[in-house]
Amino acid sequence: MIEAEKVQTRRESPVLAFMSKYSILLIFVGLSVVIAILSGGLFLRINNLLNVLRQISVIGIIALGVTMCIITAGIDLSSGAIVAFVAVTVASLLQSVDAMDRLYAGGHPWPVGLVLLIGLAAGTFIGFVNGAMISKLKIPPFIATLGMMTFARGWAFIYSQGRPRGSLIDSFQAIGQGDVLGIPNPAIVLLVCVAITYVILQHTLWGRYTYALGSNLQAAVVSGIKTDRYLMLVYTYAGFLAAVAAIVLTARIGSGQPGLGLGYELDAIAASVIGGTSLAGGLGSAQGTLIGALIIGVMKNGLDILNVSADFQQVARAIIIVVAVTIDVRKNVRST
Amino acid sequence: MSEFILEMQGIHKSFPGVQALRGVGLAVRPGTVHGVMGENGAGKSTLMKIAIGLYRPDSGTITLRGKQVTFESVHDALSQGISMIHQEMSPLPYMTVAQNIFLGREMKNRLGLIDHRAIDTAAGEMLQELKINLTPRQIMGRLSVAQMQLVEIAEAVSRKADLIIMDEPTSALTEKEVAHLFSIIKDLKQRGVAVIYITHKMDEVFSITDEVSVYRDGEFVGREDSVNLTREKLIKMMVGRTIDQFFQKENAAFGAPVLEVEGLTRQGYFRDISFSVREGEIFGIAGLIGAGRTEVMESLFGVSPKQAGTVKIRGKAAKIESPYDAIRLGIAFLTEDRKRSGLYLNLSVRDNITMPSLRNNLNALFINHRALRKLCTDAVGTLTIRTPSLDQLVMYLSGGNQQKVLVSRWLATVPALLIMDEPTRGIDVATKSEIYKIMSSLAKAGKAIILISSEMPEILAMSDRIMVMHEGRKVGEIGRAEATQEKILHMATGEPLSTFKEVHYY
Repeated sequence: MIEAEKVQTRRESPVLAFMSKYSILLIFVGLSVVIAILSGGLFLRINNLLNVLRQISVIGIIALGVTMCIITAGIDLSSGAIVAFVAVTVASLLQSVDAMDRLYAGGHPWPVGLVLLIGLAAGTFIGFVNGAMISKLKIPPFIATLGMMTFARGWAFIYSQGRPRGSLIDSFQAIGQGDVLGIPNPAIVLLVCVAITYVILQHTLWGRYTYALGSNLQAAVVSGIKTDRYLMLVYTYAGFLAAVAAIVLTARIGSGQPGLGLGYELDAIAASVIGGTSLAGGLGSAQGTLIGALIIGVMKNGLDILNVSADFQQVARAIIIVVAVTIDVRKNVRST
Repeated sequence: MSEFILEMQGIHKSFPGVQALRGVGLAVRPGTVHGVMGENGAGKSTLMKIAIGLYRPDSGTITLRGKQVTFESVHDALSQGISMIHQEMSPLPYMTVAQNIFLGREMKNRLGLIDHRAIDTAAGEMLQELKINLTPRQIMGRLSVAQMQLVEIAEAVSRKADLIIMDEPTSALTEKEVAHLFSIIKDLKQRGVAVIYITHKMDEVFSITDEVSVYRDGEFVGREDSVNLTREKLIKMMVGRTIDQFFQKENAAFGAPVLEVEGLTRQGYFRDISFSVREGEIFGIAGLIGAGRTEVMESLFGVSPKQAGTVKIRGKAAKIESPYDAIRLGIAFLTEDRKRSGLYLNLSVRDNITMPSLRNNLNALFINHRALRKLCTDAVGTLTIRTPSLDQLVMYLSGGNQQKVLVSRWLATVPALLIMDEPTRGIDVATKSEIYKIMSSLAKAGKAIILISSEMPEILAMSDRIMVMHEGRKVGEIGRAEATQEKILHMATGEPLSTFKEVHYY
């Protein structure tokens, strides 16, 4: 017991412990306060805050799936391309009869519910193929999903014949443009996805096994975890979430384009990493990734309000990523 | 000039929680092969790591060619003529033999660029001089382990090393390759190079070394000329220690067989292994490193494949194709390498304890965190795991506490059979004793236990029955009453019990 006391005295003060545990949350709050002051309160208006949530929704949803891949010590580079593939697929089936750029001349728009199912199934299937390549063929995740990224993007262009497919029917557009009690639908979808992912990660076998896979794959095998199955499930879920994001995005802009989602995978990775996910695996959370996405979103929103040009915004974003991750890494180093 | 090329005196070294070396010495004469022997944990590797500058001693002196030295780094030792051939080599597989030999010391031409021709020529000469049958342009990755070892020796010689440390160099070599290595070592001796030769194999001591130093529990036991040594004397030096109350073995009543293995075979690893373990029994498996003990357990547990053999659990034929099957059948496997196949280093104590038993604690789809918290709190209490909280990352725990976390992980699966592979490797003496106590009480509670250990006193004190393996075969089985260190070592070096019985020792 003497030893236990020693451990106690060596521990940091509760304030410092709290700050180190929630450093990312504190960075987010600090950033918000600075922007609120600089913008003279404009930032804090309800409408603006809801706007931020809507802006981050697509990246946020994708990032949740990417986070799970990264927790397994993997990566998903194909999510942006899945967005494009699902977007053109869904859009092509929902163009109104009088649309100029109609892919299927004649015929009627398909039922929205059926198209949503098709879109989700397409994304889920692509994710499943990613998972199969990684777990069964043992292709490194970086390579497997890089290949899938090019493949899915290519098919999006082939299928859409390289052109945007717009004039989608109103009932579909409402998914992305409507709101419930003033809260934009995309924000609601994001929050639901965060909640589901949180429950998966914290309260199901699959979630805990996800951490085990990334922390020590060999130990996971010895622990009796069917590693292939759960790895596959993780990538399949990432594909599913990318499809959800694609539907939200397509409905919001009212058009499905093969060039959509370009570079989204990198923004999603950035949100994950800012939110405390470790590329080495075994570390990360749904709530962390939400905050990561919020930091990126708040930053962009603040710079917009302050009339900073898009070019400078890129530079500023790079700085915030490096600063946030540095703080997070230092926290881990210090406690070693 | 001293008569020794290297003399280490009064070396002390401690790591957090472990006193690895207590005033240890080593003296090596030039142009000789000096054997270094001792059980695992005796402090051999720590001493060698100090000799090549990887660790710095807490106190003690190192004298090289009559001059006292301190090595700040491995580079320091290398530049002063000490090289080490590691057990696990780290060559650059896509580079050529010549490039590996001269890595970091590449010759440059007039333009300051690497002069590949000069490197090849120099490497070629070096290989020829050492009678190593390789060419400079061969790709490293395509060589056998034995050939890579020879390349490392060539590198050491090309550095003008006059002291080469070899850490169990023959552990992965065939007999023919060993003979070749020995002829090269004899050649090195002729050139005045001293070799420190770490080994577990008795035969090698007599066939290649001139002198032997023996270590035990971080202490220096003695130095002897090899010609004056006998097998028995060497064994006594290595294992003779006071046992006291250290091993807490209680007698348990044996029940029905829990595990029956018949003719288990994995090609290239082990053949025709049969044994059985009863309730309340601690079944020891002894053998040298590489005898195939761990591999048998891996196949039994479904981590590795098997080509033949049957396994019965509680008298019923069992089909075990994965650890998932094994765990469901009530088998638990505490693996030998904690870091590699045991711990989730960056996860919490709680996650580390519960991972294999999560599926037994579900409410429909969801994990019953309350039940698991109680399970963990109980485990931390009964095994006295020292941790500030269940959320502490397991990497911040001491080795002994990490091992206890793993033991409680497997107890949480409520196993009928617990396989413990080197359960006390690398942990402090106090925790070792606690682990023995846990083993005893588990056996008393009717669990069957398989204990794999390379520590002779441990396996003798804890086992009710001991199976000895040699090169993938079962040599024999001895009961607790008949088992002695000498018998086991004889069997472990490949001599069956029957031949042994004709020899008289006392």
